[in-house]
Amino acid sequence: MKKVIVTLMVAMVTLMFTGGAFSGVTSLRGDKDLTAGADENPMRKQVITQGAVERSYKIQPPMIPHKIDKETINLKTNTCMKCHSEKTYEQKKAPKAGDSHYVSRDGKVLETISTRRYFCNQCHAPQLNAEPIVNNQFEGAK
Amino acid sequence: MNKGAKRGVLSLLVVGIVLGIVLWGGFNTAMEATNTEQFCISCHEMEENVYQELQDTIHFTNRTGVRATCPDCHVPKDWVHKVVRKIKASNELYHKFMGTIDTPEKFEAKRLQLAQNVWKAMKDTDSRECRNCHNFDSMDFTRQESRSADSHDEAIEKGYTCIDCHKGIAHSLPEGYDPAEDMPGEG
Repeated sequence: MKKVIVTLMVAMVTLMFTGGAFSGVTSLRGDKDLTAGADENPMRKQVITQGAVERSYKIQPPMIPHKIDKETINLKTNTCMKCHSEKTYEQKKAPKAGDSHYVSRDGKVLETISTRRYFCNQCHAPQLNAEPIVNNQFEGAK
Repeated sequence: MNKGAKRGVLSLLVVGIVLGIVLWGGFNTAMEATNTEQFCISCHEMEENVYQELQDTIHFTNRTGVRATCPDCHVPKDWVHKVVRKIKASNELYHKFMGTIDTPEKFEAKRLQLAQNVWKAMKDTDSRECRNCHNFDSMDFTRQESRSADSHDEAIEKGYTCIDCHKGIAHSLPEGYDPAEDMPGEG
């Protein structure tokens, strides 16, 4: 019995190693030695669209169709709310932060945005025109 | 008038002119020396707080390599207004000696008041210092992002001034300032 197990294990280990060598796996940083620099990321311009960015799935947080490098979100201030708050969105013709963002964790509806939704770019992000690193067949919901 | 008196008047005139040029030149040179970034950040209050924040903004580093220094935004260009501002700055000297904002904590506590002073000054002058470089007449709206172009269109129509919307573009916004409460054309 012992012999059979040992033989099986040896066979499996050999298979693992040879299989790995044939499939040609490379890491995301490319075929570079650890001591050499990785491929440089190409500089990409941010995508700025006229309206909204299309969603990829139904409940996706909307992506940001404009630049945000001049905006600040910190303990003192959140400049996104200059346009996206309940007080300003109409005049600024900007989408208002979703109703779910005005609910506290106890389910209480608040006047201003909930502190747990304060950091906009945890979910909402500006977009770059980048190809996926790994090719895939994902199709967004239309 | 005899010959001696004539010579006296003439030499007095020459001395007067030379002295005038020297004194005037000296005054202007001294004033211009206080109008440099180096002079501003020779005080640690400016160097450690506002100057550090400025370095992350587009007025310091940008695509084309044009840089606005402290006096470009905070000191008027034309002479009369410049001198008025320089006289007002004696108040800043007083607070420098009193050490009103000599630690980052003290500065932070005063930031809202300080910022509001600058915002008010810019509003009162219709953002004169901004307009030394930025001019609606020279803006090509077709080359702006559509959102910016729309806002600038509205600003011209309703007579808003730069600082109405562009607060906190060169320094951090103060605590206690709510962007959502600050709509141009209100208050």
